[in-house]
Amino acid sequence: MEIIETDIDSVLTQEYQHGFVTDIASSSLPPGLEEETIRQISAIKKEPEFLLEWRLKAFERWQTLREPKWSTIQHPPIDYQALTYYSAPKSLEDGPKSLDEIDPKLLETYEKLGIPIEEQKALAGIAVDAVFDSVSVATTFKEELEKVGVIFCSFSEAVQKHPDLVKKYLGTVVPITDNFFATLNSAVFSDGAFVYVPKGVRCPMELSSYFRINATNTGQFERTLIIAEEGSYVSYLEGCTAPQRDENQLHAAVVELVAMEGAEIRYSTIQNWYPGDENGKGGIYNFVTKRGICKGDNSKISWTQVETGSALTWKYPSVILKGDNSIGEFYSVALTNHYQQADTGTKMTHIGKNTRSTIISKGISAGHAQNAYRGLVKVAKNAENARNFSQCDSLLMGIKSGAHTFPYIEVKNPTAQVEHEATTSKIGEDQLFLCQQRGISAEDAVSLIVNGFCKEIFKKLPMEFAVEARKLLSISLEGSVG
Amino acid sequence: MLEIKNLHANVENKKILDGLNLTVKPGEVHAIMGPNGSGKSTLANVLAGRETFQVTEGEIQFSGQNLLEMSTELRSREGVFLAFQNPIEIPGVNNMLFLKTALNAKRSHQGLEELDAADFLQLIRQKLKTVKIDEGLLKRSVNEGFSGGEKKKNEILQMAILEPKLAILDETDSGLDVDALQVVSEGINALRSPERAIILVTHYQRLLNYVVPDFVHILAKGKIIRSGDKALALEIEENGYGLNDLPRSA
Repeated sequence: MEIIETDIDSVLTQEYQHGFVTDIASSSLPPGLEEETIRQISAIKKEPEFLLEWRLKAFERWQTLREPKWSTIQHPPIDYQALTYYSAPKSLEDGPKSLDEIDPKLLETYEKLGIPIEEQKALAGIAVDAVFDSVSVATTFKEELEKVGVIFCSFSEAVQKHPDLVKKYLGTVVPITDNFFATLNSAVFSDGAFVYVPKGVRCPMELSSYFRINATNTGQFERTLIIAEEGSYVSYLEGCTAPQRDENQLHAAVVELVAMEGAEIRYSTIQNWYPGDENGKGGIYNFVTKRGICKGDNSKISWTQVETGSALTWKYPSVILKGDNSIGEFYSVALTNHYQQADTGTKMTHIGKNTRSTIISKGISAGHAQNAYRGLVKVAKNAENARNFSQCDSLLMGIKSGAHTFPYIEVKNPTAQVEHEATTSKIGEDQLFLCQQRGISAEDAVSLIVNGFCKEIFKKLPMEFAVEARKLLSISLEGSVG
Repeated sequence: MLEIKNLHANVENKKILDGLNLTVKPGEVHAIMGPNGSGKSTLANVLAGRETFQVTEGEIQFSGQNLLEMSTELRSREGVFLAFQNPIEIPGVNNMLFLKTALNAKRSHQGLEELDAADFLQLIRQKLKTVKIDEGLLKRSVNEGFSGGEKKKNEILQMAILEPKLAILDETDSGLDVDALQVVSEGINALRSPERAIILVTHYQRLLNYVVPDFVHILAKGKIIRSGDKALALEIEENGYGLNDLPRSA
């Protein structure tokens, strides 16, 4: 076994590639969280009264809450008073400007990350909203989208330009009372993305947000709201990275999706926050609440996530299947290496008739990492003929990592069909030896095996992302064999 | 091509090979027979470079190079091929992709251009014909859900693609019915060539009816105790290994 260990270890140790820090002047609020902090954030963002009140209500609620303890994740206590809740590059103090006026250092940051935000260089067919610490830097292809009536902008801009839409939908899927981290986010969220697709419109390009935490000791609390009106379609991608820092950073985002009758929302995430070093030092604490509602009949929401980063991941992208014949999907790859911990999964709540959900979860653990799938399939009393299929596969590398599966099923309608399958496998010395005997290096072998394991999920990603996801997995696995 | 001198090897600190000598020239087919535990599989694994087998003494020259100093993948790229006794499954990894990755690893080592999907498909179709194996095997995951016979056929297909200088077939005949044995044997015969040496590790002489060896060696207690031609295999089948009658060191 020793030999396998060293072999797998050496493949799984490559360094995080996005660990650089952008040296840029920022203006930040002093650390600490009290009512005044929230009033200041709201004032900086020149928010309407309703939003300030909403934030304050959330803050009041938050003070009565405690961190949830039911997951497998363990971490030292977070000192919420030591965090900074708002930080923005000085050059963006007056809100995002035209691309020409953006600090070249910011553009350079995104270039380095492979996210070109200058439109002439941008990827064809993908509109990008780049969020740096607490604010949006730029959103590309806005005009082209406006031509078909699609609104794609930073959350702050939506609050200014489309307050009615924000007021109507904000907190309708994830209420301010939802959970400790969602409530905190509701009180202090700073920016994020807003998408509105009008009735009958098929969004002509992929929409994408790219989140970057740069400042030290700063929490990132972004808020994303996507509304797809009747018969519309939108595909949205989200990517994230952070510099390599020794201390832990907090990320607590909320994403809400609303799909009306016959609408379809596809939401893909490649989460590559800094995972901490090989000894478990540093890394992002990622506590995210993502939920969509299939409000209208025949609507569909599909979550696809590739999670390779973060020291801790606590995340359950969920779907409320309210409309009849609506469809919810969750496709996930969660890779943990070194001392990373992930507790992730989904909730599918079947309310409407003939609702269907599919859950495919692939967990990969290497090093000393712990990886848990936690899922709930709930079929309400009136959800006639609801169907669910769940498949949870775990792949272990080495002998010190762990995989856990916690499927919860609650069925209140006898016509429901719920299926659950689970497997656990191990990359064995025999598999590696077979590959090496055929001339394939250990690194390539691990990558081949892991990619084979995740194939079903990668097929669900838009093509540009699928390529990135494959690369990311190989990088995250480097040094796991050795 | 291959020269093994005074080879000693351990598995988990237990001595298995105890001074083995063997010389193999290009174009030759050598059969290595012997009872369970005599060290046949150990020899095969040592040649392929499996780390759980420790060489404690002796040397192995392969095409003028010191084989023992080469990594497993380097040995493969330089032309050492091991057909496994129990080919392992790799779920989710497409067999065709696996073969292509392996061949391209070898090609890039040789300074050749890697084959793209179209060229590879063309090559593999031709190889499938040579070894008379059904194309269906390519679409499945490596060995996943394969029958015993399909696994062994897949090994022969890999050998056909990689065109090794030295092929070691570790009990490739075990667990095969007569029909599968015939397909596998024909595959091996099709791959015999004046440049290629083949070592057949086997328990039974049955395979040797189909693949006729130039030399037969009897391995016992970690060394070769008798060598001969095909007649030796027949004699063993008739009389058993008769180890009790043999001197302890021959």
